Amino acid sequence: MRQYILKRVLLMIPTLLGVAVLVFFLLRVLPGDIVELKYAGTGTYAPKQAIERERAQLGLDKPLWQQFLSWIWGIVRFDFGQSMWTGRPITHEIAIRLELSVELALMATLVAVLISIPLGTLAALRQDSWVDYFVRVFSIAGLAIPSFWLGILMILVFIIYFRWLPPLTFTSFWVNPKANLMQLVWPALAVGYRYSAVATRMTRSAVLEVLREDYIRTARAKGLWEKVILVRHALKNALLPVITVIGLEFAFLVGGLVVTEQVFNLNGIGKLFVEAISQRDYTMVQSLVLLTSFVFIFVNFVVDLINAWLDPRIRYQ
Amino acid sequence: MSRTQNSKLKTQNSAIVEVRGLKKYFPVFSGLFTQRVVGWVKAVDDVSFSIRRGETLGLVGESGCGKTTTGRCILQLERVTEGEILFEGQDLTRLGDAELRLLRRHMQIVFQDPYSSLNPRMTIGQIIGEPIWVHRLLRDRGECRDRVEELLTLVGLNPLMAQRYPHELSGGQRQRVGIARALALEARFVVCDEPVSALDVSIQAQIINLLEELQGRFSLTYLFIAHDLSVVRHISDRIVVMYLGRVAEIADRVELYESPLHPYTQALLSAVPVPDPAVEAQRERVVLKGEVPSPMNPPSGCVFHPRCPIAVEECGQIVPQLREIRPDHWVACSRV
Repeated sequence: MRQYILKRVLLMIPTLLGVAVLVFFLLRVLPGDIVELKYAGTGTYAPKQAIERERAQLGLDKPLWQQFLSWIWGIVRFDFGQSMWTGRPITHEIAIRLELSVELALMATLVAVLISIPLGTLAALRQDSWVDYFVRVFSIAGLAIPSFWLGILMILVFIIYFRWLPPLTFTSFWVNPKANLMQLVWPALAVGYRYSAVATRMTRSAVLEVLREDYIRTARAKGLWEKVILVRHALKNALLPVITVIGLEFAFLVGGLVVTEQVFNLNGIGKLFVEAISQRDYTMVQSLVLLTSFVFIFVNFVVDLINAWLDPRIRYQ
Repeated sequence: MSRTQNSKLKTQNSAIVEVRGLKKYFPVFSGLFTQRVVGWVKAVDDVSFSIRRGETLGLVGESGCGKTTTGRCILQLERVTEGEILFEGQDLTRLGDAELRLLRRHMQIVFQDPYSSLNPRMTIGQIIGEPIWVHRLLRDRGECRDRVEELLTLVGLNPLMAQRYPHELSGGQRQRVGIARALALEARFVVCDEPVSALDVSIQAQIINLLEELQGRFSLTYLFIAHDLSVVRHISDRIVVMYLGRVAEIADRVELYESPLHPYTQALLSAVPVPDPAVEAQRERVVLKGEVPSPMNPPSGCVFHPRCPIAVEECGQIVPQLREIRPDHWVACSRV
């Protein structure tokens, strides 16, 4: 097992390297150039020398392979460099937004788990009853309703009935937990509901499948209580695919929720991502892509470990 | 007259399980938006027989004839549509979940598929120990572990297997685990639902011998469901032959194999190949025409009449009842 973990960790390196190569060269292929965009914003005439000077300052005049190597060399030393647009360190720019994004992702996951596992199980147990139909409609609606629209509806309702407005600045949980939760609970609900839809459907079908297994009949023949059969024999086996789905969705959420952040006026990774791309902030986009890829790979790895721990049939040698 | 009545009385007194008029119909749904019941699969249709204490009752028939459903209905793993199941005089169909749960101690089942009937997430020790724990037969963890090891030894497995998971065992070993699990609660009656049909022939013999040995040791009563006629002949005392959800014939093992009376039983027995090629080439086989009809829409009258070699016109109108043609030999055929 230890060997397996080590192997998986080492395998992350070539994967991330591949991502790095891809994002680096794809960005350079994009039309438009950060320096031109910078001057375009000012609306004044930019002398050629000034542009050249700016390029040289950002290191954009060097050959591509040199730029790439120096960027990779920085990452190896955990030095992500500065944002080409603002000039501030990238780690700082990401750090101030990551807390919000991770917290929102965790809360949304919690909401999704609390909705999907009980509802999915209930729907499976009462298959084809009105409970089941209700759950199915509820989860399909979650998939169909865009979360930004749900977010707008929520905000409208809050403004009208509770006089609540999304605060303009983010309060850290460690500074003021109450204000922090008040701010994030609504976006977490909006995102978590959507995210619960997939997990609910997965739970329902997994539980349905497991309930038809022979060992459930065995458990019944043993004379166990229905509750024990459900929890110990059925749910434990049904949760494997659900955990996989939830893990992947969590990784997706950490990568940022562009639209939801916009609606609830949150300054998270998603917003940073969009800005960086539209400004051709090469170093920033590269770091963000690398970060989200890492989160994806890492969460996948953790999900695999949880599955191996839960299911003795999965053994890694 | 009085002799038959006497023997009937004796039969009823010594019966551990009595099945009376058992019916199990499965609904067939159809419709795009609203699911409507459009028909019923008559898996078991008016079946009656009794199982005597200490005997092995063989239940044979082709696949789909309702033998497994009958076995499951007896243990209330399927709710019956109609009929009574008397276990030691108590009608199981009227019991609530709680009462039934307590009675499960005394009646157990060995399933057909040793691969899927064991929970893959539990160790062998947990699988066998769980019923002991749940029924509070032992309240001490150490004692419970000792009992599991004892049971494993009893079915011919290494006690160290308790730490293993089902996927680490072979088919024969798993079936032994299934048997140990059934014995864990000291059941008096065990339904063996095709316990050997998923196993290799060499392993089949071992499991059959084990079942026989355990029966002698703990005076168990078996309902042995199988489609393999030679296995059933070897292990059973009496045999019930089913066809399309109904009982065709019930008789003593020797009687049934020596002089089968129902035309279906005769055809079934003649389908068993004889090991001697000379005899095999010479003997006359009863070959049935056509296919088994659908249990959703069974033939009128005697369900066997469209394929029966001796059927007459009235067979299509009258449902034949089980009649005792010879002492303890019951046949459902109006032509016998």
